[in-house]
Amino acid sequence: MIDTTGANPAALTAKNVKQRLGKRAKILAAIRCYFDQQQVLEVDTPLLSDYPVTDPQLDNIKVENPTVNYQSTSQPWLYLTTSPEYAMKQLLSLGSGSIYQISKSFRQDAPGPKHSIEFTLLEWYRVGFKITDLIDDVTALLMTLMPTGLMANGVEILSYREAFLRHLSIDPFSLTSVQLENFAHQKIDCDFTDQDKDIWLDLLMSHCIEPNLGHQAPCFLIDYPASQAALAKITNDQQGNLVAKRFELYMKGIELANGYEELTDHDQHVDRFEQDNQRRCELDLPTQAVDQHFLKALKSGLPECAGVALGVDRLLLLAAS
Amino acid sequence: MATYSTNEFKNGLKLIIDGDPCNIVENEVVKPGKGQAFNRVRLKNLKTGRAWEKTFKSGESVEAADVMDTDMEYLYCDGEFWYFMDPISYEQIPASLEAVADAKLFLKEQDSCVVTLWNGAPLTVSPPNFVELEVVETDPGLKGDTAQGGTKPATLSTGAVVRVPLFIDQGEVLKIDTRTGEYVSRA
Repeated sequence: MIDTTGANPAALTAKNVKQRLGKRAKILAAIRCYFDQQQVLEVDTPLLSDYPVTDPQLDNIKVENPTVNYQSTSQPWLYLTTSPEYAMKQLLSLGSGSIYQISKSFRQDAPGPKHSIEFTLLEWYRVGFKITDLIDDVTALLMTLMPTGLMANGVEILSYREAFLRHLSIDPFSLTSVQLENFAHQKIDCDFTDQDKDIWLDLLMSHCIEPNLGHQAPCFLIDYPASQAALAKITNDQQGNLVAKRFELYMKGIELANGYEELTDHDQHVDRFEQDNQRRCELDLPTQAVDQHFLKALKSGLPECAGVALGVDRLLLLAAS
Repeated sequence: MATYSTNEFKNGLKLIIDGDPCNIVENEVVKPGKGQAFNRVRLKNLKTGRAWEKTFKSGESVEAADVMDTDMEYLYCDGEFWYFMDPISYEQIPASLEAVADAKLFLKEQDSCVVTLWNGAPLTVSPPNFVELEVVETDPGLKGDTAQGGTKPATLSTGAVVRVPLFIDQGEVLKIDTRTGEYVSRA
């Protein structure tokens, strides 16, 4: 995607440059104003990291480390960060208190209408917040940033299970991987098979549910299956299913933000990184070294907090629509 | 067997799907939040012309179709096959009715056509966008009616029937747009 919201000069013309840049600057200023009022501190962490991420669905862009010949401790590669998460969590563990950052992130994604290898993320962490507090926080921020028309109906909070029941009439927790596969093959023309239940949930979510989300009002999708927890805490929902304390925010079918009540336990992190690398093996992907700086920070203690990453370019596109 | 991985997918890439050669018309990567990425692909079956949407798991490999477009000169038809010649190697290749399909109505000897070859055999034939063909049969021309919009059918030397202005006479050579099958002008 060539970003048309003012970040990329190639997408601007003499005719629209002032208007596009103006809109972008106004939104960035409004974000800073909101967090300033909330007494959340702006931070600025490195874009180059010593370690890649283990998440099987994410790939870092790596660059040659020019200092490798001068310092014996240097690694041959450095990794452009896919989000400022690990560095910001290191600051939290040092006692920074609530923090936010507006920065570039990089992902080796296939480019598409909604994906670009370089994009602007707004990421923030609120110490002492639960996932519900964070949803309120995101809503309050959107109220200050988005045109009133987009926010007129408030926000919708929908569980992952309810979304499947509403749009596909199936319960994603009670069906087995094989049942979901059979169901998906009826709905979508595809030939692959997979024993991983999450593949089928992802397929149905991306093809049959996501496009319908957030058209009346911004939609917070909550209570993801525990297998999709990433670095969120896990709990039981009312049906007794294990669910992640995580949300994705959708507006007009577009995924805008991804929030977590953060896992703070060191050993559970180690387990999840190991699971990531196991999955990488199954997918014939290279396993990745775990970020030792991050693990050290976790060992010293990450405060209870909730954090969210929001795509600024997508926000601007939605605000302009 | 040559294959393409989904990360090589792009418009115009040729794949074998269920035994038939297909063309990628559109390729979109969809990714739900942090989950698995998929390639949602709009495909066109090059044999039947049918277009539809199919989803691949990113990282999947798909058999490549040995399909290429070549410029060839149309030579003649023997009643069963239409013969095309490679202008460089002079190699002659027969194309079946199935491959030539509607293009047969606009094939004129010595015209350069695009022949799509699959494993070396013609799959489809595209005539030039504009061809010049002679009218072999039409009602007599009406003089003085050049300004009015009326049309009449005319049969061309290839057998194609097109709507032409009323002033066109038998024996005239016309310029025809082969994509729409419409009369453009006198040649």
